[in-house]
Amino acid sequence: MSSNLTSLLYLIAAVLFILALRGLSSPVTSRRGNQYGMIGMAIAVAATLGRHGMLAEGYIWIVAGILVGGAAGAYVARSIAMTALPQLVAAFHSLVGLAAVFVAAGALNAPAAFNIGLPHHIHTQSLIEMSVGLAIGAITFSGSLIAFAKLQALMKGTPILFRFQHQLNLVLGLVILALIVVFVAQGGPQTVFWVIAVLAMALGFLLIIPIGGADMPVVVSMLNSYSGWAACGIGFTIQNLALIITGALVGASGAILSYVMCKGMNRSIFNVLLGGFGTDSGGVSGAAAGGDRTVKSGNAEDAAFIMKNASKVIIVPGYGMAVAQAQHAVREMADHLKAEGVDVRYAIHPVAGRMPGHMNVLLAEANVPYDDVFELEQINNEFSTADVAYVIGANDVTNPAAKTDTGSAIYGMPILDVEKARTVLFIKRSMASGYAGVDNELFFRPNTMMLFGDAKKMTEEVVQSLDH
Amino acid sequence: MNSNALADQAHQLAGNANDLAHRLDTLSSIAAPAAAAAEPFIYLLTIFLLACFVGYYVVWNVTPALHSPLMAVTNGISSVIIVGAMLATGLSHGFLPHLFGFLAVTLASVNIFGGFLVTQRMLSMFKSKR
Repeated sequence: MSSNLTSLLYLIAAVLFILALRGLSSPVTSRRGNQYGMIGMAIAVAATLGRHGMLAEGYIWIVAGILVGGAAGAYVARSIAMTALPQLVAAFHSLVGLAAVFVAAGALNAPAAFNIGLPHHIHTQSLIEMSVGLAIGAITFSGSLIAFAKLQALMKGTPILFRFQHQLNLVLGLVILALIVVFVAQGGPQTVFWVIAVLAMALGFLLIIPIGGADMPVVVSMLNSYSGWAACGIGFTIQNLALIITGALVGASGAILSYVMCKGMNRSIFNVLLGGFGTDSGGVSGAAAGGDRTVKSGNAEDAAFIMKNASKVIIVPGYGMAVAQAQHAVREMADHLKAEGVDVRYAIHPVAGRMPGHMNVLLAEANVPYDDVFELEQINNEFSTADVAYVIGANDVTNPAAKTDTGSAIYGMPILDVEKARTVLFIKRSMASGYAGVDNELFFRPNTMMLFGDAKKMTEEVVQSLDH
Repeated sequence: MNSNALADQAHQLAGNANDLAHRLDTLSSIAAPAAAAAEPFIYLLTIFLLACFVGYYVVWNVTPALHSPLMAVTNGISSVIIVGAMLATGLSHGFLPHLFGFLAVTLASVNIFGGFLVTQRMLSMFKSKR
């Protein structure tokens, strides 16, 4: 195959990847988009296999790698539980990062394969691109591993903080930069390459450990972005169009998602990255306001009675729903209510759950039609006309303190105005405050009824009561 | 104007043009090596920046409800890094490049199959009322 044809095929693959993302603008076109993505990948792989000069001994390794990796990937994709998606995505990011490290190592050992020089005589520009791709890839790898461990609860979600943490990271970053200069100046010595890899992995590790469990949506988005930039760095090294375009797309995508998540919390990306959010210090102002006021608590039968007589119910799911795996019970409850003629909708906060769009996927899994599910801006005005807001495992995103209490850790965060509904049914295990460590004054409002218990069990009891 | 003067002027003009062409030639022979050196990188950088803009506008159009599938599908497509892994494996001799290439091919394959299939699984769950 001529090199022009190969390049043309890479370009076609890149265009198909753009169409894959384009398809996600609506659920209707999304499946077609995903198929475009698969076709694009098949074209890119086929074009590479058919490239002039590929050696037979290489084919054996390639086919073996695709079979082993493909089987593992397909198995995981089919068997993973939808509640475990955030950690799966984090794990996938780490693989992209590690793959970038290995491709950079391959390019260093076989520069002729990429036309970037001969061993020990690699072009300076290629060495720069290679080491940048290597460093970002290594950071992505270890950072994503930590995110994975926190999401999978292999590691505590609480931030790990110590003195001079940020100074240490800064020094480490500077050392890596200096080593990149040494690496390029000395024409690409192997030892320096691997020292950079190890230090960058240490940096990725240190960057993520101070960030708390519930900030993981931002972290996962940011690592998504990093994996794209790592791919880009490698794309420049090996001068491959498809890789550069795709890397830029993924990098932009992750950056936008990080921005959306930060905006959903009214926090700057630096505030999230410096970490430490969600520790005890955050809750001072709220806890003082809590005092010994009384709360009204009810049971499933009360809740069923109230909702049966309502004309409009808005369900607000949060991370608590995911933990309790209550999405199926919630949908069953909604079906019963709809049968009674009640208008049922779902309201989703941008940072509900542990990854962007987490709640939407869980509700879709429970067969909730997507036209019943609304984003914050779309539905927030409707709480004032709703009879019931059914809040299930969402605390901070409904806390009115975000609007009124300037001293609160979550002040300024856009919230769902559940307080405006005639009755707020709040399912919660206990009176403990949410992740941000801020007490929710909503619990003490006269129009709030607390339903203490496990989200799934409580909702199932409501369903039983509705049956009568 | 008589024909002699006209011929004279034409001759002069031709001389000027010749001179100009000559100068251009020297100029381009000076510029050519520089252009050849800068070209591939600038060309790739151009593509990179344009792709960033495309990515920016395309991703802002993604509906928030599909942000999870977006992350999963970006995992799939960023694994086009497999191309680099395959070239390192297929176009080289020696154990090390083969080993690194094989490892990278394997990791990228996990992501390609895992990323696209899990996206497909997620998207197949999104259903409309109608």
